[in-house]
Amino acid sequence: MSLQRFVIKRALITIPLLLGISLLTFGMVHAIPGDPIDFITLFTELDPETEMEIRAEYGLDQPVYIQYIDWVTSAATGDFGRSIITRDPVISEIMERLPYTLVMGIMAFGVTLATAIPTGVIAAYYRNTKIDQASRVFALLGIAIPNFLLGLLLLLVFASWLDLFPILPPTSQGIVSYDMLVYTLLPAITIGTGSTALLMRLMRSSMVEELDKDYVRTARAKGLPERTVVQKHVLRNSLISVVTVAAIQVAFIISGSVVVEIVFSYPGIGRLLVNRVGNRDFPVIQAIVLLIGVAVILANFVADVLYAYLDPRIRY
Amino acid sequence: MAMLEVEDLNVRFYTEDGVVKATNDLSYRVEAGERFGVVGESGAGKSVTSLALMRLIDEPGVIESGEIRFKGRNLLEMDEKEMRELRGNEIAMIFQDAETALNPSYTVGEQISEAIRYHLGLDEAAARERAIETLESVGIPSAAQRYSDYPHEFSGGMQQRVVIAIALSCDPDLIIADEPTTALDVTIEAQILELLEEIATEFDTAIQLITHDLGVVAEFCDRVMVMYAGHPVEMAPVEDVYYDPQHPYTVGLMSSIPRIGDDRDRLQTIPGRMPDLIEMPPGCNFHPRCPYAEESCTRVEPPLVDVETGEPADPINSDAQAAACLAHTGELSGELDYEVTVRGEDDPAVPGDAPSSAGVSDR
Repeated sequence: MSLQRFVIKRALITIPLLLGISLLTFGMVHAIPGDPIDFITLFTELDPETEMEIRAEYGLDQPVYIQYIDWVTSAATGDFGRSIITRDPVISEIMERLPYTLVMGIMAFGVTLATAIPTGVIAAYYRNTKIDQASRVFALLGIAIPNFLLGLLLLLVFASWLDLFPILPPTSQGIVSYDMLVYTLLPAITIGTGSTALLMRLMRSSMVEELDKDYVRTARAKGLPERTVVQKHVLRNSLISVVTVAAIQVAFIISGSVVVEIVFSYPGIGRLLVNRVGNRDFPVIQAIVLLIGVAVILANFVADVLYAYLDPRIRY
Repeated sequence: MAMLEVEDLNVRFYTEDGVVKATNDLSYRVEAGERFGVVGESGAGKSVTSLALMRLIDEPGVIESGEIRFKGRNLLEMDEKEMRELRGNEIAMIFQDAETALNPSYTVGEQISEAIRYHLGLDEAAARERAIETLESVGIPSAAQRYSDYPHEFSGGMQQRVVIAIALSCDPDLIIADEPTTALDVTIEAQILELLEEIATEFDTAIQLITHDLGVVAEFCDRVMVMYAGHPVEMAPVEDVYYDPQHPYTVGLMSSIPRIGDDRDRLQTIPGRMPDLIEMPPGCNFHPRCPYAEESCTRVEPPLVDVETGEPADPINSDAQAAACLAHTGELSGELDYEVTVRGEDDPAVPGDAPSSAGVSDR
């Protein structure tokens, strides 16, 4: 099977996955205790007639499965309804904050890969030396430290003591500004540290395993320079197992952004989600949770395609 | 001067348990176009010897002393860059298990042509052309199409042919074949040996064939070195070793070959096992397993001597049969008491090459 056919086949599988995610999202949000009506009306007593009107406005008078179908069909066109709290369209509320989270997430993932892969390769190549041990210590620390604590420490050291960053994000300048991009480094590093540590060790062990394989000796026996042997032959095979886990890290980065955005007062969708959960703003909650689900599915899709690209045996 | 001269090669592995003496004062030569066999049990130091020639011994192994002269230049004094220019270009290696020796994630074509590009400086298209020719020469049908296939799309025998193609791709002068047929079944083994023979004849390439299979040696080699526990114990032209083995270990190896028409119920084996390479027995390394061992064998380490004269052997300059056994230095009071029967010459029931049907039996 060619790579092209594999991609098409794998893309088709995402359709039922997306449906499943939407069903779960809808179901979970509706399982949250508390009647949305109370939050819409801020717990004021209503006469039954007004209550019915409000219910009809939000479609809450319909059977649940009708509500679901209505929600999915309009969500497919980008219409997630209006926020209960601000009465703004949900999509515009999200689009306002999504760029911030996206930039932070991409930066976090970029920092993760850019640090984890080279350091993992170096640790593997110099295995069982001081370099390897140092990387092990760093990895343990990185995995052990909770996101919110690391975020506060970074703020304390780099923003408060060294004064290299402002304490609060320079939001007024928008995401595409130098100041904001520089500031975003802090939350990005905070989110990425755990994944970096994990991927680095995985890269190391995968690489150590590959370095011992016979094909490495074959490559050396061809007279290829050591750099080619490692970068061309060993790295590609080592990446196969790393790619899958890296894709799962995307999910961790997204979920990590929720906490980290609070710590850094960062204006992304994670903070929006936490705010609205407290207010039972279920149209917004549903939309964000669905968005996160879709992002994870997409990341896995990309990982599978990369996997098949790297390892020709997968395509069969 | 021979093309390859190995002199007093000592390879050591510094492990936590102690120092493993993988080869001890190993000397031999391989002439241009010659087929030289290295035989021995697993752990005798055969593979270490071949990796030493390529300077590809991994940690914790080191080449402690000795010289490896290839076309007169000592490989052990070369820097890494000079060595790389030799590897795959003038000295190539064929590995044992083709399935693992090939990188699963590159096409076989790429794995052949990368060496061609690197050593011969050809561009992509020319290297591809040459790789396809090499694939054809090792008998891969529709080579141009198979160029873009991945190793897992080939059968075991075909994978071995690809590994041979990699070795052949830059026209080396010496090919080191480390048990190239062990992972294959007998019919494929015969095909691969035939292929190697064709290559050796056609391109006048010298082949150092490492094997534990005396039958393969008999069919393929001009001269043979028998190794035991890192030492050469016998070295001679192949006929001499088969018709007139001069070391008890060689005798044991030969009588362990099962033969058609043999009516013994059990296979003959050499009792015991190879000594621990960290703590070798004193005297002759083989004495604990040797049926002819005497008291002196436990004290004196036998040197490799010319079996005719008893003088120290000169494996680099002489073809004379040499063995490392006290029987040839006159220090043994008894004699090596065995006889060699040659079947095939006066027994038409056993066909095939005369050497491969030579047998040894204890009296």
